[in-house]
Amino acid sequence: MLILTCPCCGVSGEETEFHGGGEAHLTREGPGADDAALEGYLFHRENPRGVHFERWRHVYGCGKWFHAARDTATLEVFGVYPAQTTSPPEDLLAVIREKRPGWTWRGLS
Amino acid sequence: MFDPAQAHDTGVAITTSAPGMITLRGALEDTAFKAAVEEVSGLTVPEPREIVQSGEHRLAWMGPDEALLILPRDALCDTLAALETALKGHHALVADMSDARRLFHLTGPDAALRDTLARLCPVDMRAFQLGEIRRTRLAQIAAAFWMGEEGRLNLICFRSVAQYAEDLLSDAAGKGVVLH
Ligand SMILES: [Zn+2]
Repeated sequence: MLILTCPCCGVSGEETEFHGGGEAHLTREGPGADDAALEGYLFHRENPRGVHFERWRHVYGCGKWFHAARDTATLEVFGVYPAQTTSPPEDLLAVIREKRPGWTWRGLS
Repeated sequence: MFDPAQAHDTGVAITTSAPGMITLRGALEDTAFKAAVEEVSGLTVPEPREIVQSGEHRLAWMGPDEALLILPRDALCDTLAALETALKGHHALVADMSDARRLFHLTGPDAALRDTLARLCPVDMRAFQLGEIRRTRLAQIAAAFWMGEEGRLNLICFRSVAQYAEDLLSDAAGKGVVLH
């Protein structure tokens, strides 16, 4: 069971109280982007077995969006952080390095 | 097989009421917003996941930028007008949601009330505190509930799904569904 703790209201709830919003930290390529960048934004997603960064919404609770870093294989949640950011916080990355030495995700490691 | 003759009466009774409900949107931690709401409602703006009460008035924390004021119907119009005035110039919204939601009251033994919701919501009801409000999933719909006092549990959901909620609650609270 995946248990998430919403950073906006503090509730720890199981997965069905939330709604997954897909991969985190995508750059929304728009007019002016080259073809490869737009294609990447539209179609290319990470699908890791292990460390992953996602957007979630506390849809049955406070209604807010947030980010979560978790392990897709074990469902361990490394941490949650605000939606209003374009990259994971450094202290969270340190936690993941400690728990999953050698992990990589897009440009992060 | 379910045998009605073997059924236990859980002692839970379900009633509904139709108070006034005002949704307030704004930065709940903002001092000026807080002061305006507190002046009109006579209640302290609640902490996260808290509901406060004074007489027939209740103020619930619904999210970082949302509160719900529950009050008697006959105080609704005056309070709406007073809130509009007090919040003029603030980045805030006051909306009459009285007819958008339905309020249920479940009364009965504390354990039976907690069991009833434990059957329907992904919430640890043993840890649920008096004065706490929990927005969550009630089977397939969104709901919020709180216990102001032991033996009385209050639950709100959208009116459009109120019949579904009533059926669910009646079923979960009814005879023959005691959890051991
Ligand atoms: Zn939340």
